Order: sequence, then structure tokens, then C-alpha cells
Amino acid sequence: MNETVANGKFGQSVKRVEDARLITGRGRFVDDLVFPGQTYAAFVRSPYAHATIAGIDLASAQDMPGVIRILTGRELADAGLPPLPSGWNLSSIDGTPARVGLHHALAVDAIRFVGEPVALVIAETRDQARDAADTVLVEYQELPTVVDLAAAIADDAPQLHDGIAQNRAFEWEIGSSAAVEAAFAGATRRVTLSLRNNRLIPNAIEPRAINVQWSAFDEAMTIYLTHQNPIGMRGFFAIMLGLPSENNLRVVSPDVGGGFGSKAPAYAEEFAVAFAAKMLDRPVKWTAERSESFLTDAHGRDHLTTAELAMDDNGRFLGLRVHTLANLGAYISTSNALVVSYMYATMLSGQYAIPAIHARVEGVYTNTCPVDAYRGAGRPEAAYLIERLANLAAREIGVDQAEIRRRNFIREFPYQTPLIYCYDSGDYEGCLDAALGLADYAGFEARKAESQARGKLRGIGLSAYVEACGIGPSKLLASLGGGGAMWESCEIRVQPGGSIEVLTGAHNHGQGHQTVYAQIVSERFGVPMDSINVVQGDTDRIQAGTGTYGSRASVGLSAAVHSCDKIVAKGRAIVAHMLEVNLADVVFADGIYSSAASNRTVAFVEMAQAAHGAASFPTDQIEPGLVATSFFDPPNFTYPAGVHVCEVEIDPETGVVEVVAFNAADDFGNVANPLIVEGQVHGGVTQGIAQALWENAIYDPDNAQLMTASYMDYGMPRADSLPEFGLCFWPSPTPVNPLGMKGCGEAGAIGAPPAVINAVCDALGVDHVDMPASPEKIWQLCRAREVS
Amino acid sequence: MSRIELRVNGRNVEVEADGRTLLTHALRDHLRLTGTHIGCDTSQCGSCTVHVDGKAVKSCTILAVQAAGCDILTIEGLASGRELHPMQAAFNDFHGLQCGFCTPGMIMMAIDIVNRHGRPDEATVRAELEGNLCRCTGYHNIIKAVCAGAERMGEMA
Ligand code: FES
Ligand code: FES
Repeated sequence: MNETVANGKFGQSVKRVEDARLITGRGRFVDDLVFPGQTYAAFVRSPYAHATIAGIDLASAQDMPGVIRILTGRELADAGLPPLPSGWNLSSIDGTPARVGLHHALAVDAIRFVGEPVALVIAETRDQARDAADTVLVEYQELPTVVDLAAAIADDAPQLHDGIAQNRAFEWEIGSSAAVEAAFAGATRRVTLSLRNNRLIPNAIEPRAINVQWSAFDEAMTIYLTHQNPIGMRGFFAIMLGLPSENNLRVVSPDVGGGFGSKAPAYAEEFAVAFAAKMLDRPVKWTAERSESFLTDAHGRDHLTTAELAMDDNGRFLGLRVHTLANLGAYISTSNALVVSYMYATMLSGQYAIPAIHARVEGVYTNTCPVDAYRGAGRPEAAYLIERLANLAAREIGVDQAEIRRRNFIREFPYQTPLIYCYDSGDYEGCLDAALGLADYAGFEARKAESQARGKLRGIGLSAYVEACGIGPSKLLASLGGGGAMWESCEIRVQPGGSIEVLTGAHNHGQGHQTVYAQIVSERFGVPMDSINVVQGDTDRIQAGTGTYGSRASVGLSAAVHSCDKIVAKGRAIVAHMLEVNLADVVFADGIYSSAASNRTVAFVEMAQAAHGAASFPTDQIEPGLVATSFFDPPNFTYPAGVHVCEVEIDPETGVVEVVAFNAADDFGNVANPLIVEGQVHGGVTQGIAQALWENAIYDPDNAQLMTASYMDYGMPRADSLPEFGLCFWPSPTPVNPLGMKGCGEAGAIGAPPAVINAVCDALGVDHVDMPASPEKIWQLCRAREVS
Repeated sequence: MSRIELRVNGRNVEVEADGRTLLTHALRDHLRLTGTHIGCDTSQCGSCTVHVDGKAVKSCTILAVQAAGCDILTIEGLASGRELHPMQAAFNDFHGLQCGFCTPGMIMMAIDIVNRHGRPDEATVRAELEGNLCRCTGYHNIIKAVCAGAERMGEMA
């Protein structure tokens, strides 16, 4: 690890300033808040995955102690709560818009996944709400369920939504099928692969929570919400609640205990609670229990894919054809139409120059929890596919897995892929060599022999991923079906006393924004970090913003840089008057304004005082005060990339796969704070290893019950199941933002799964193993291996 | 409703609560000590870890009445004034937290590990933290922080 410092510049490992409150128990999370007159909400949830609601009997529940009100879906709909909004418009190949199944905050007539909320109980205490919820009697008429993707599109499959035959929401494509046909016709070698990208449950350790205050007097609402995008959520809530304007609504996200995508959607429960608070005119709080999180936090991944890769005799990739069934769950969650299309299929070129690519994605409804962005969001699914194919290609051609990649790497930038994206910069082979060095790739055979002597199977696996981050270029995103508006804003206010407020619409949920924003501003102004206060997550303080997801910190930080530049420039004009010199002669460095034409200097803080004093410059030419706002809309995505190398040891007696070494060389462009960035990689890699080996959301195929609905059944990564990681950075700074940063939050979760599975396949000498590589699956393969 | 007497962070307190009230809810709801977190409903995440009579306990696994008369230490009681407990400082120095939600439980557990093992090696720390889930850090820096915190606690003892 780099040496840590308490105060420092861009690029240094500055210790986090937000830690002080979090390590002393003074963090402020939504469930910590209690308001005068507080009431508590509990949901009645369907025990069935597919049913119609024949009746709801509230009589005995209503008489329970402390019960204030019980609301049903019908009541909310009649009172004017509309169905959930969709966040992305996707069109099918034939030009028709995606078929959207209506999603009510509380089920009105039908249930489509287990745990779907049916009624909302508001009571004086949490326990009273819970007790009463348990007493509500709902009469269900069970319907047949469907979980499996292939089964869901069969003619006789149970149909979830009226008018949506075979549960097909959309059939979307990208790339040129004609070019791919031609490439395959001219190819001499090909590999094919069918795989499942397993469904995951995000499991931020802080559960979802909301606490809503309504003020009938001024028709204004304050929503405390644990969310990745509080500023952006204000618009959703204003529409859903029918408030006359966004100004009547304040959304505040205080400390947020992890998100990984699962705290980015607009959720049913949160709308129901907010609507209820308005109906009741009392504050209503709801905090999910972990069981509710398992059942209803938007899940991740869940693809069924077949792909073919065409090559020449030397293993040069010529064409790629992909077909994916994407499990949407019971409804299309806020961003999922985007995740399964443009965030997934656009990345299928990977790090390779593949002249022809075509992908077709079908979005399918099933009786499962809605799926949405989860760490990486589409990009892990793409990297997993292309990196598995690369290893199959190496086997087919008979070359080493590093060599097949070298033969196909993109080497010149910018590189226009056949799938919209134009990669800005990179050094894929340099990264590969760095990773191989870190992993002592050359020494692998000796380690393998040593393992063999102990009766263990050892394997090594590479993955070379690239992803799209720094979301994003608004115009491009709007042209693909989004609402645009993917910039970020940053306002900097320099107070008369010299203390500084940095206000941004990005929202920290573990990324250390308070530190990194302060680092950048402190360096630009030459002032100590402790004079800087970073403000996030409150629509009353922050005018505009679009939140934190998709490794987009570079966007907000670039806005901060521009605001700093504006303030420094204004300072030069002020100082020119103070020193009575020409503006062109004023320079600013290390916090000091000076001029060759004067022997006086002015510190940044003195300039700030003068800006507010407004006595030392003509106010008809220069406005008093010292505030600057910038909006940064990046011209392109950034394309972080890297090579991950995983080494596993398999015990053929038990089928247990142990990750014995994991090394990664990553190109995140310039790194603002290596300490924080390494931490992001550790977390991402851990989630990636866990997807490959342990995590798997399993629904019972017969009745669509979630069988992995607690920490007893779902394979969370734990401290004792992981090795120490070896990391290095191999930066190619991006030209698309002023800091040269690319983003790092999702890299680990993207690079790790294929590296692990490639290592497992290498150890066993097999073509493919579906994730997770559970002991049972591996034990069976070891048996088969012995027999053969 | 029962009246429960506890000693929390060195102060004698009384809580009026239902018999079914968990210690974790007594701390959070009744005493407003919200540094102790709740991350699950099956006693497996460890976010709620506190010390009861000097031993780490998941405060969601016991009733408040069961803790009657006990000496309870929560994350809020660790630092003396502005001076951090060495384990708290180590979590900051080694970037042992990201979102910080699991952190109070991790720190309380880490101190308990040191109390029982002195200066544990990395493998021991990993094994001992099996009951504390963190979704952010991949545990890597938590392990480093705990080992460093153990060193520092040893030096101070
Ligand atoms: S809340 Fe106590 S272990 Fe999870
Ligand atoms: S730091 Fe977020 S769960 Fe541990």
C-alpha cells in the first residue's frame, strides 16, 4: 500500500475524512432518524409467486393495538398513485416499443413474484405494524409459475401480463448480422458456448429505508431515503405523488450503507410509504428487514446466452454472434431495459479487434424479483462471455490463454468498435504483461506440480476486461432511449472566512467522496483539506445532480475542477486590482497569487475576504462574492480496462475450489486516491469471486419460491474464504475529462468472474463450468475426470 | 412492559420495554445509541455486535431483559473524548471501511478477537471474522486494520 497521509493532493493516498464519524458510531443512516409523531410501516407480502387477489380482509388487523391505517393496492390506485415509472425506452427490432407490464406500488389484482407487497400497515410502533401485518388476511388464487427463461417463452408458458404473449417484453439487436454471416463464411475455425450468468442478490449491508414527513400546511414533503441518487429521485417522487412542483419536495440521503446498484432504482415500497405519509399527514418510516431485501431488492444478472466466435487458423477473431435471454423478473425495473441492452451488448467486443459482431437480446418476464443494475450492470455479463470464449478459442487453436489475447488485442486508440462505443485510450498488452508479472505466470507450472504432489488440482485463469464508465455523454444516451441528463454538477462556495463548501449531486455510499472532492479542491486552491466541507445528498442544498453509479465519480470531479478554475480566475481579476497590476501578470500557484510586477502577494484566503469585502475592486466590473457552479457533460464514456489473473486449487475429494492467488493490473486512468481505489478493487474482486464460486439466487422451479432468502442459504463472501489480493495500476489517462480519470468501482466485479472460471476450467481441463462453481458441481466433474 | 436496568458505556440507565425487545432495539430505539446497526434478521451479519460483560455479543441475539444488570459497551463508548480507541484509529489508517455500515460491529468484534488472541495472525483474524459480513471492502483492509489495531493495543497494554 502507498504511504497514507492526512492531507494531500490528487494522486496521494489521503486517509478518509468521513471515517471519523463512521468509526465512532456517529454515522447518520436513515433508520437512525426518528421524527416527532413518527409512525412505522410494515408490508403484507404475498407468499405466492403468481396469484390473483380474491379478497383482503383487514377487519381483525385494523383492531390491533396501535394500528393507524391499512392501505391496499386498490386504495392507493384509487387515491391517485400511478404505476411505477420506467426509466428507459427500448425498442424492439421491428420498431415497436418494449411491452411494459404495469407495476403497481402495491399489487392491485395480481401477484407476480413472491414477496410482492399487497398491503401497507401503518402503526404507532414498528412491532405493532409488524404484528398487524401478520394478521391481515389475503385470499389468493394461485396461478402456475414460471422461473426458467427458456420455459417462459414457450407457447404454453404461464403468462404474467395481459397482452404480453410468451412473456416477451422486447427483442432488441445491435451490430450487423450480415457482416457476421460473411465473417463466419470466411472463417476456418469456430467455438461455441452456452452459458448462464447466475442471478445475484446485491445485499448492501444497510437495508433499504425511508422516512417521510408531509407538511399539509405548505403541501411540502421531506423524504429521507437511503439512495444512490437522491437528487435524481426528486423528479420521480414529484410525479408519482402528484406534487405541483419539485420545489415542494425535498429528498435527503444521509449516510448510505452500500448500494452496488440496488439503491439506484425507484422502488414500489418507497412510493407506497411516501404516498401514505401524505394521506396520513404523519411521518412514516419503513426499514426493510433482511428477508425483505432478499425478496425485493432488485436482483442482478440472470442471462442465458449462446454465442459463436469465428476465427482464422491463427486464432484471429473474425466474427461474434450472440443471443441472450435476459431475465427481467416480474416487471421492468427502472434502468433494466438499459442494463440488458446498451450496457451489456455494446461491450461484447471486449479488448479485441473483432470486425463483425451481432447480438440479439430478448427481455423475458418471469415470476421472480425484478432485475436491475448490480455492480457492473451488463458489463460483467459481456466480459464473462467474451473472456470465456477467448479461453475456448485458445484451447481450439492450441495456444496459451495469454497468447490468444495478444493476437487479438486492440492496439490503436481511439478505436471504434462495431457496437457504438469508441474506446478512448488503453494499453492492453502492457496491462497483460504487468498482471502476468504480478502473478508470476511463468512460475505457474512449478506451483501446479507442487499442488499435484499434495493431491490437488491447480489452475490459472486470465481475464482481460474493458468496461464503459463515467456515465455519461447525455446526447448519446438520449439517442439510445434514455432521458439524457447524465452530466454532474458541482458548486463551490468560498465563505468570507475562507472556509469552502463543495456541493455536488453525486452521492457517496462508500466511495470516499468527501475525501476525494476535498483533495482536489484543496490542491487547486492551495488550502488545507479541513477548511473544505463536501455537501451531498440534500435537494435543499444541491440544485442539480444525477447520483453515483456506473463508476462516474470522474464526471462530478471534473465539474469540481471547472468550478475551481472559475474561482481561481475570478481571484486573479480581484488580485490584479489589489496589487494594481495587469490581469495578465497575475499568477496563482500553491495557494498564493503573485505578480512579477509587484513584491506583494495575496493568499487565497485573503483574496476570498477581498471578494466578499468588495472594496478593493470595481463592482461594476467584477461581482462581489465567490461562488462558482459547473455542469460537466463528458464527450464520451471512459473505458477502464485491466487484466485479472486468478489461481485456484481444487480438492478433488470435496470439490471445494480455493482461490489461492488473485492478482490484477488495472487501467483506471489517473488515480485520485490509490488507497481508496485499491479498496474499491478489493470489494469488486470479492463480489466477482463470490459470483463465480458461491453466490446464486435460486427460485424453486415448481413454485417460484426464493430458496436462497437468508444469509443461511445465500453464499455471501466471508473473511475466511478469500486470499490477499495483489494489485497494480497501469494507467493510460483518458482525454475525455480534465482529470484523466476512468473509474474503478465496478472493475473487480467485471474482471474477476471470468478469471476464476477460466482458472477452474484450466484446473479441470474442461471447456466450461457454469457459475457458481459449487463443490457439488466440481466434485461431479472430478469424478468424471477420474473415470475418463 | 418491563423496566430493565443496564450499565451502558459506563452509565447506569433504565429502559422501559416490552419483554420481546431485543438488546439491539433497546440500544437503538430507547437509548438512541444508533451506532449499533441492524443488517439482518437471522443473526448472521454481525453489524449489531456490542460487548456484554466484556465479551462480543450480537445484540440481536439476546433480549434486553437478558442483559439486565450487565455492563454493555457499544461503539459510542470506545473513544475517550476525542482520543480514538487504537482499533478505531487502525480502521481509519488502513482504510478498513467504505460505507461504514458494518464498521461498528467489525470494530467491536475486532477488539474481542484481540482480547482473546493477543496478536492474532491474519488467518486467525479471517477465521474469527466469519460472523461479520462486509459487502464493501472484500475484508482485505479490515484484516490489515485488525492486525495493526492488535499491535497497538498490545503496545498500550
Ligand atoms: S443484525 Fe445482528 S447479526 Fe445481523
Ligand atoms: S464497509 Fe460497507 S458493509 Fe462494510
